[in-house]
Amino acid sequence: MSNRIPLLTVAVSFAMLAAVIFWVGTRDQSAPTQAPAKTADVASADEDDTTESATKSEDVAVSGNTPSERSEPLPGAAQPGAASAAADFAPPARSEIPDDEFGAMVRKGRDIFTDTQQHADQFVGNDLQCANCHLDEGRRPDSAPLWAAWAMYPAYRGKNKHVNDFAERIQGCFRYSMNGTPPPRGDEVLVALESYAYWLASGAPVAKNLPGRGYPELEAPEQPPSFTRGKQVFADHCALCHGSDGQGQRAADGSLAFPPLWGPRSYNWGAGMHRVNTAAGFIKANMPLGAATLSDQQAWDVARFIDSQERPQDPRFTGSVSETAEQYHGEHSMYGQTVNGVVLGQDAPPSGTAAKVNRP
Amino acid sequence: MAIRKCTLSALVWLLSVSPWVQASPSDIANQGLGENIAPCSSCHGAHGEGNAAAGFPRLAGLGAPYLEAQLDAFASGARGNAVMQPIASALSTDQRSAMATYYSQLPTEGAQASKGQSDNPPDTGAELAEHGRWASDIPACVQCHGPAGVGVGEHFPALAGQPAAYLAGQLRAWRNGKRPGGPMGLMASIAAKLDESDIKPVAQYFAAQSPAPAKGLDHE
Repeated sequence: MSNRIPLLTVAVSFAMLAAVIFWVGTRDQSAPTQAPAKTADVASADEDDTTESATKSEDVAVSGNTPSERSEPLPGAAQPGAASAAADFAPPARSEIPDDEFGAMVRKGRDIFTDTQQHADQFVGNDLQCANCHLDEGRRPDSAPLWAAWAMYPAYRGKNKHVNDFAERIQGCFRYSMNGTPPPRGDEVLVALESYAYWLASGAPVAKNLPGRGYPELEAPEQPPSFTRGKQVFADHCALCHGSDGQGQRAADGSLAFPPLWGPRSYNWGAGMHRVNTAAGFIKANMPLGAATLSDQQAWDVARFIDSQERPQDPRFTGSVSETAEQYHGEHSMYGQTVNGVVLGQDAPPSGTAAKVNRP
Repeated sequence: MAIRKCTLSALVWLLSVSPWVQASPSDIANQGLGENIAPCSSCHGAHGEGNAAAGFPRLAGLGAPYLEAQLDAFASGARGNAVMQPIASALSTDQRSAMATYYSQLPTEGAQASKGQSDNPPDTGAELAEHGRWASDIPACVQCHGPAGVGVGEHFPALAGQPAAYLAGQLRAWRNGKRPGGPMGLMASIAAKLDESDIKPVAQYFAAQSPAPAKGLDHE
């Protein structure tokens, strides 16, 4: 009896040790017991993301550059001399849409604008919504707000070398940015969008270049925009939402949450956003969503990266990339240029709603 | 001989009462692990559906990287939670990863909107959730968390049907630095722009949404 107790103790200790060794053996032995926190997920925000806040005064810097004749402003895109930043004008509140026949058309226009796939599907050839580039339902200054665009038309456009009214300007959005088929003049989709823009511009002066119109025009970057640096900016600041392949993400209900930035379901080679300077201005003022903290250089670099990817063909394609580039693409376009050994536009999927058959 | 027999039987006994030796994620979820880890299901429900009355969140169907990051943050203390901290730190890295995968794969079909939270979400909640407050650079919640908060991908968890008390608690935790800011610090920066008059209504709005998403027309 006297030596049974120590024996039992030794036996139990040994057994426990064996059990522990066995248990440890079932786990990845290289794994530390206490995992270090995953820095990407749990570390507080990188300094880059929080300490450098974009100052609005940088956004408004007016370069005075004359846009090339082939420039393609989005509705209300900034003209030389346009100042943006804090907008003087505020559109009416959402709740103020009148409860009458006109108000019903305004609501229809707003619905098309925010869920274009659902409400104007027959005219759309990609996965974008109007509101992807015109944030806050077309209300946000420096995000090409509709209220600033409405009263600037009719206007002469270098893109098609004649005076365009607002309806024709919206048709251009469908043809290029939405990679689709323009709704015919008088179609309810056009009337609804015009009604929505007109209502948002309630009280705005006519033919006055309002602050906040278009996207801010950035100064030329200190270093030429770089695909390589832009790729890194994309990985660090954009891929979380737009995906590392740039193809966007869908919500659990199948609806589009984050738009594809290139590829067959994005804007085509004729869209304003395909121009590096236009994309840089949009990105600088608006991306990442709600935390626009990129430097000018980062915005230029990532715009260069995004706009150096293949996307649907320019609807004006003549049959030759070099000829199309020569006729329609200016200094800020990567179309027809060779990137990583590939001529951009050479392998472009067809433009227009025909591409829908390839819908994922 | 007697010693060896004794040792052997003690070993056999220990192994037989050692559920953690080869516990599968399902075992851990439903039976716990030893004395320190209660079954996850005791708070989060048998199917990971959560417990609205008690404010315990749904885990079923949330993204695995998101869930794993949360377990890691509980373990390190970066996400402060007196209940989850000891549980998460008792799990190995691999076990945390396996649990995250397990819950990410559970279906959400059985989940329902949190009952009794709010039948009529206040307008401020709906406004913030669906439209944001761009004057303060706050995007609509649904822009990243999907329509009605059904969730997007692996990094933007579903909010729909989560208990209002839980959602509000997280927004406060971000405000107070008790929870890591998430990828790119996005949630910390948004929560910093909210105050109590926003937090409660927006939490109630998402609690009242149905978490089982109807498939959109655009899918497939």
